[in-house]
Amino acid sequence: MAGTTFAKGGIHPDEHKELTEGLAIEVMPPPSQVVLPLSMHFGAIAKPTVKKKQEVQEGEEIAVVEKALGASIHSSVTGVVKAIEPRPHPTMVRCDAVIIDRDPEAPPRQYDSEDWRKLSREQLLARVKNAGIVGMGGAGFPTFVKLSPPPNAKIDTLVLNGAECEPYLTTDHRLMLEYPEKIIEGAKIILKILGIKQGIIGIELNKPDAINTMNKAAQQLAGKDDDVIKVQGMDVKYPQGSEKQLIYSLTKRSVPGGGLPFDVGVIVQNISTTLAVFEAATMQKPVYEKVATFSGRALHRQANLQIKVGTLLSDVVNYLGGAKDVVKIVSGGPMMGFAISSLDVPVTKTTSGVLFLNSSETDLGEFGPCIHCGWCMEACPMGLSPKEVALYVEAGRGHLTEKFGIFDCFECGCCAYVCPAKRPLVQFARLAKIAIKKRG
Amino acid sequence: MTSKPEWAVSVSPHIRKGTTTAQIMWTVSASLMPVLILSIYNFGFRSLIITLVSVLSCVVVEAISQKAMGRSVTVTDGSAVLTGILLAFVIPPGVPYYLPMIGAVAAMFITKELMGGLGYNVWNPALVGRALLQASFPVAITTAWIPPQQLSKGVWDVFLGSGALDAISTATPLAVVKQYGMKALVQQFGGIDTIYWNFFVGFKPGCIGETSALLILLGGLFLMSRKIITWHIPVSTLGSAALIAWIFGGETWFSGAPLVHVLSGGLMLGAFYMATDYVTSPTLKSAQLLFGFGVGGLTVLIRLKGGYPEGVCYAILLMNCLTPALDEWFQPKRFAPPKAAPVAAVK
Repeated sequence: MAGTTFAKGGIHPDEHKELTEGLAIEVMPPPSQVVLPLSMHFGAIAKPTVKKKQEVQEGEEIAVVEKALGASIHSSVTGVVKAIEPRPHPTMVRCDAVIIDRDPEAPPRQYDSEDWRKLSREQLLARVKNAGIVGMGGAGFPTFVKLSPPPNAKIDTLVLNGAECEPYLTTDHRLMLEYPEKIIEGAKIILKILGIKQGIIGIELNKPDAINTMNKAAQQLAGKDDDVIKVQGMDVKYPQGSEKQLIYSLTKRSVPGGGLPFDVGVIVQNISTTLAVFEAATMQKPVYEKVATFSGRALHRQANLQIKVGTLLSDVVNYLGGAKDVVKIVSGGPMMGFAISSLDVPVTKTTSGVLFLNSSETDLGEFGPCIHCGWCMEACPMGLSPKEVALYVEAGRGHLTEKFGIFDCFECGCCAYVCPAKRPLVQFARLAKIAIKKRG
Repeated sequence: MTSKPEWAVSVSPHIRKGTTTAQIMWTVSASLMPVLILSIYNFGFRSLIITLVSVLSCVVVEAISQKAMGRSVTVTDGSAVLTGILLAFVIPPGVPYYLPMIGAVAAMFITKELMGGLGYNVWNPALVGRALLQASFPVAITTAWIPPQQLSKGVWDVFLGSGALDAISTATPLAVVKQYGMKALVQQFGGIDTIYWNFFVGFKPGCIGETSALLILLGGLFLMSRKIITWHIPVSTLGSAALIAWIFGGETWFSGAPLVHVLSGGLMLGAFYMATDYVTSPTLKSAQLLFGFGVGGLTVLIRLKGGYPEGVCYAILLMNCLTPALDEWFQPKRFAPPKAAPVAAVK
């Protein structure tokens, strides 16, 4: 099967997926306490609807966002609210969080399943909203907002992102292997909500088993509804899973700079998100569990864990037998993830993985001057000039970099990955954006 | 483990490709070793000594300059060594030993460190060194040739200096063409095929590292296979030189000998090793094609119409001046830029 791909740039980093791709999803026992940050989504911080010492049930709504962009938050355990106070957060440093002590006696909540095909579009969308679903690939954009595009948007295609192009991460890979029917059904639910017929699932060719499984599931469920869902293999190249590159790879449509996928008639959903849509539509189950890859060679045991949102990383590390010789801990993939400074941060709705890297996997060397080799420009999937932006920033002229199209930069890291001088080109790009915004 | 982090926190990406600046410099230097070995075979151990003096001078001058300017000393990154090798390769083997030392000061201190160090120089350091030597020591730099000879014969003579008399009387092929015309050159080598063969393999008088088109070509192909350089600059340089030599190089139009021009002087070394210098050549492939075209064209123009028999050095230095402009004019093709132009572009 020949794969499709995007047109410009891209890199081929070592995959490191062999550490976890063969490991079935394992349910981690719930921790004695969960920390649920009030911001696990793109938009306004949620307001708590519970008080200290209040009893809460697993799946109960504990925080909402009213009148602004955001998503509700649900308790991941049955127990008592211990406190509502600032706690370490993976990307925001600190954020108010609801802390819940789990009742060890409480049984896990059971959900009844019903046929989503009997529900209307509006009912389905309401269930997505009530479940607090956000884009689980990392951005955390509220899914019900994405599924309510403006009326003038002419959407005809749903794209499911099964690229999982970041090294190490195997979350979506395992989900596709273990829940193929649910993901296809989830895609059909989204198609129904959007009122469109066509879905494409893009999967990188390094996951032939997932391509097969998803193909079979799509064929089994074909004909049940008035839609066409096809699986498309894509070349193994980072950043194949980036929204614009993915859309180009699968549909040959180019989302213009500053534009959104619906400008070219496409909506993109993540695999985990699609599964969450299925569970919300059929069982009204909110998002409070997450499948995430815990990997890296500093970790005693690597795993794909189904884990309660709000579980502290320290609990996960203990469960996996500890870590040693840790050089860096990264939330997310090694290309775009955030380095974290504390194990007191919880797993959130958008945690796709946490990597514990040792000195053989990451290096902390100093960077040198630009030698103008141009490798960053070859690697940039957006056709930008990372080296020029960096030189401008170093010279205190970051505010003049808009001409290089700096706002097209989505910080994929290809430039910094290939740089022989090890320059932190992504960071320079971030500083350039800040400098432009400051000058306003 | 939680109170005081024992691990690092830094910006993404958290993984890097292995290649470093130093690896690139050392790889390029290593790819020039066959050329040096042939030069020793051709011109005797004097080639090696001049090269060693040049390398050592470049390293020392760079270290002193960096110390004096309060920068960290980075001579282990191999770029000074590479400049030293290239500087030696573009001067005749018979020059006095102090010449490469003076060239090193021009290359490393004036051209590189005073301009801001690695990455900030406008001109190719080795070529500025050569240009300064040519201006300051015109006799030595244009006459200190040594005729190629086999290692078994005469190598010790040259080394001990007794071969030097002979050396002065040997003119480079380009000087012969310049002064006496193409026919004289053919006569000297005994036939056009012999010329091509000797020039291609490298048995001819010339600068230390410029004589063997074959070994430079192999080194260049090696660098291409390692993805350190691409074909754009060498091919456009050699192509334009051949084209212009063919059109204007003969007694009538379209009767020149393109291969003689391509294979002689410093054009091969210039095309593969000097014009491809990352810092002083444009970054984008389209700009590189234009850059190479300029280098090749100017080289032949200087050879045919200028006062010097050889023009590679000045052609590259002139095109180096254009590099910042070429980098500005040629921008990469963007992935679907915004439909409305950004504010800065409108101004």
